[in-house]
Amino acid sequence: MSGDAMTTRTGAGPAGSDLAAALKDGVRGALVMLGLCIPIILLRTDQSQANELILRPRVGLVLIFCALIFILRFTLSYYGVKWRTSRRLKAQGEALPTVTDARPTWKARLSAMALPAFLGLAVTYPLLTVLVNGGLDPSRYWIDLGILILTYVMLGWGLNIVVGLAGLLDLGYVAFYAVGAYSYALLATKFGLSFWICLPLAGILAAFWGVLLGFPVLRLRGDYLAIVTLAFGEIIRLVLINWVDVTGGAAGIYSIPRASFFGIPFTAGEDGFAARFGLEFSGMHRIVFFYYLILVLALITNFVTMRLKRLPVGRAWEALREDEIACRSLGINTVSTKLTAFAIGAMFGGFAGSFFAVRQGFISPESFNFLESAIILAIVVLGGMGSQIGVAIAAVVLVGMPELLRNLGFMRGFFGAGFDPNEFRLLLFGLGMVAMMVWRPRGLISHRDPSVVLKERKAISGSLVKEGHG
Amino acid sequence: MDVFVQQLINGLTLGSIYGLIAIGYTMVFGIIGMVNFAHGDVFMLSAFVALIVFLVCTAWLGIGSIALALFIVMIVAMLVTALWGWTIERVAYRPLRGSFRLAPLISAIGMSIFLSNFVQVAQGARNKPIPPMVQDVIVLWTGPTGYTVALSYKQIIIMAVTAVLLTIFWYVVQKTSLGRAQRACEQDRKMAALLGIDVDRTISLTFVIGAALAAVAGTMYLLYYGVVSFADGFVPGVKAFTAAVLGGIGSLPGAVLGGLIIGLIETMWSAYFSIEYKDVAAFSILAIVLIFMPSGILGRPEVEKV
Repeated sequence: MSGDAMTTRTGAGPAGSDLAAALKDGVRGALVMLGLCIPIILLRTDQSQANELILRPRVGLVLIFCALIFILRFTLSYYGVKWRTSRRLKAQGEALPTVTDARPTWKARLSAMALPAFLGLAVTYPLLTVLVNGGLDPSRYWIDLGILILTYVMLGWGLNIVVGLAGLLDLGYVAFYAVGAYSYALLATKFGLSFWICLPLAGILAAFWGVLLGFPVLRLRGDYLAIVTLAFGEIIRLVLINWVDVTGGAAGIYSIPRASFFGIPFTAGEDGFAARFGLEFSGMHRIVFFYYLILVLALITNFVTMRLKRLPVGRAWEALREDEIACRSLGINTVSTKLTAFAIGAMFGGFAGSFFAVRQGFISPESFNFLESAIILAIVVLGGMGSQIGVAIAAVVLVGMPELLRNLGFMRGFFGAGFDPNEFRLLLFGLGMVAMMVWRPRGLISHRDPSVVLKERKAISGSLVKEGHG
Repeated sequence: MDVFVQQLINGLTLGSIYGLIAIGYTMVFGIIGMVNFAHGDVFMLSAFVALIVFLVCTAWLGIGSIALALFIVMIVAMLVTALWGWTIERVAYRPLRGSFRLAPLISAIGMSIFLSNFVQVAQGARNKPIPPMVQDVIVLWTGPTGYTVALSYKQIIIMAVTAVLLTIFWYVVQKTSLGRAQRACEQDRKMAALLGIDVDRTISLTFVIGAALAAVAGTMYLLYYGVVSFADGFVPGVKAFTAAVLGGIGSLPGAVLGGLIIGLIETMWSAYFSIEYKDVAAFSILAIVLIFMPSGILGRPEVEKV
């Protein structure tokens, strides 16, 4: 397993480049692996006919893992030492010049082109999938995947306001997503309001909750803030589960009304979308519409964030992230600065939640567990906190990649019939988070464009940017 | 009154388990200032190890004596889990030392997701029950309404084991050179390194001790509830963290005290209010303590340096 391979790769300390030392290293790695495997992989517990647990030994599997680790450690310490030291030296050399000229190099030109290219790809994506798959219906899976990724892009951008700009570490962002989703679901099912009325309402309600939950945590910083927001997120989920009269409890809310195309429903009838526009009816129209809806919502999030960054409140957010005490002594009202960050971040979470409810048509508290918060935060951090394009790339990587695992069914021929790649999705996701942090703790896009420029533009290395103290 | 005494006993048992896990949180936070998010899942993993070793003992080796089996289970679980704790620190936290502050937290969250899904893949998603054991109870008295207040042997074992281990552990931290090194690193890591303390080794040992105590908690959890599943790490983990915060993070007696308080609150809440909202109660306490009493009961107040 690649995960445990990693376990030992960074495990032992520096080793000599000669064979004996490398062998020793490999054996040590394999022994550690053996120790880790011993009961938990070696013996699998299964329910017998009599409903008792029986043990099934898997010696082969453990041997394979240990052999893999041995080979990996051995090669790494035999060939890898030189590479490691040179890389460390390089990293040390790079640590010094942190402010560089931002004259348009080929790299900068490429990244200037990346943005329109990314946008163009996002806009034409449904068309591309239709062309590749030859028709609307076969491309359903791909468009759904696009919707999923864009939802996370939007959530990432929303959380980026709180975490990336204001430096407030929020581990309970999913609470606002849930508030948005339940707002729409309840308003639509109980009062019959349409999606287009509910969408702003959901945003306002989520923002209200953002202020409500933001108010008590104003004094907290760093890890404590993270844990309290996590607690709030869990409390909201537990209340959603247990307040059965209103929320339907763990069963959730069914048959949430679907959105219409600005008043025109997506039905096969006379008034339907297809008939009005002279198209042949297809259920896919709605899916494509959802795709563009979430694309627009995400772009609005991005646009608003970029504009806010240039407004006094955005400047105050970034100042708050850099140094709260300096901020206060300069007369910035930290209370309102923090609360606006929570409120605006929560509002976009609420929009995304309400979109989620209308797309799924069914919501339950299970969709809003801590894992979602962790995924969204991982997207923001991996993207390089504060970088908009970085967040988008990170969302594609973190949400798209695990999804691709679903398609690895062909590996069954290799690993045997019981192999289900889907099982490994979250396992690899967790490992990926660790690996990403070890590899690039500052995220994919770690340099920043300065918000205020005096005379000439300079690029700022991520190591100069504070992550905020909460 | 009868109900109250019974809940007091139950609460103290549960609190012992939380206290054992909380020590892992509090030590790690004290020494490197990070919330070891994966600690709850290390606890869950240790419960699985205990389950498997118990099955090996009873089904394969045919050990008839429950006491001997439990002893072997606990020792093996402690060893294996300590190795896991050591490896996790090596892989996920050590490379990030000196990196920016959020990185270890994200890495820990990733590790937590990895561990719970690893156990799910390796052992299956179902609840794993063990045959009930040590069923005997001591009936303390029977109330006028016929409500019996009982202290089970299980509860005695759990509280006794916790007390013994905490004493040993207390001795290690207070009297041995390892404990001194640990306390020195807690106060000033750089200075400790200058004085010749191997800081990396001390931090590794902290993780090892924390994981070993979590393994004791895992064994006790398995003994008490008789069932474990891969998702059982998160909520006890958060509650134990709450205990650590409530007692004053960084303070070892505080962690145990906090664990007992959280255990009592949880059982009392379930008995007198509603069992559905018992986790809400725990999470609310966490939020309230952090907001109004961030240094906890026994913790030192944090001095802000400008």
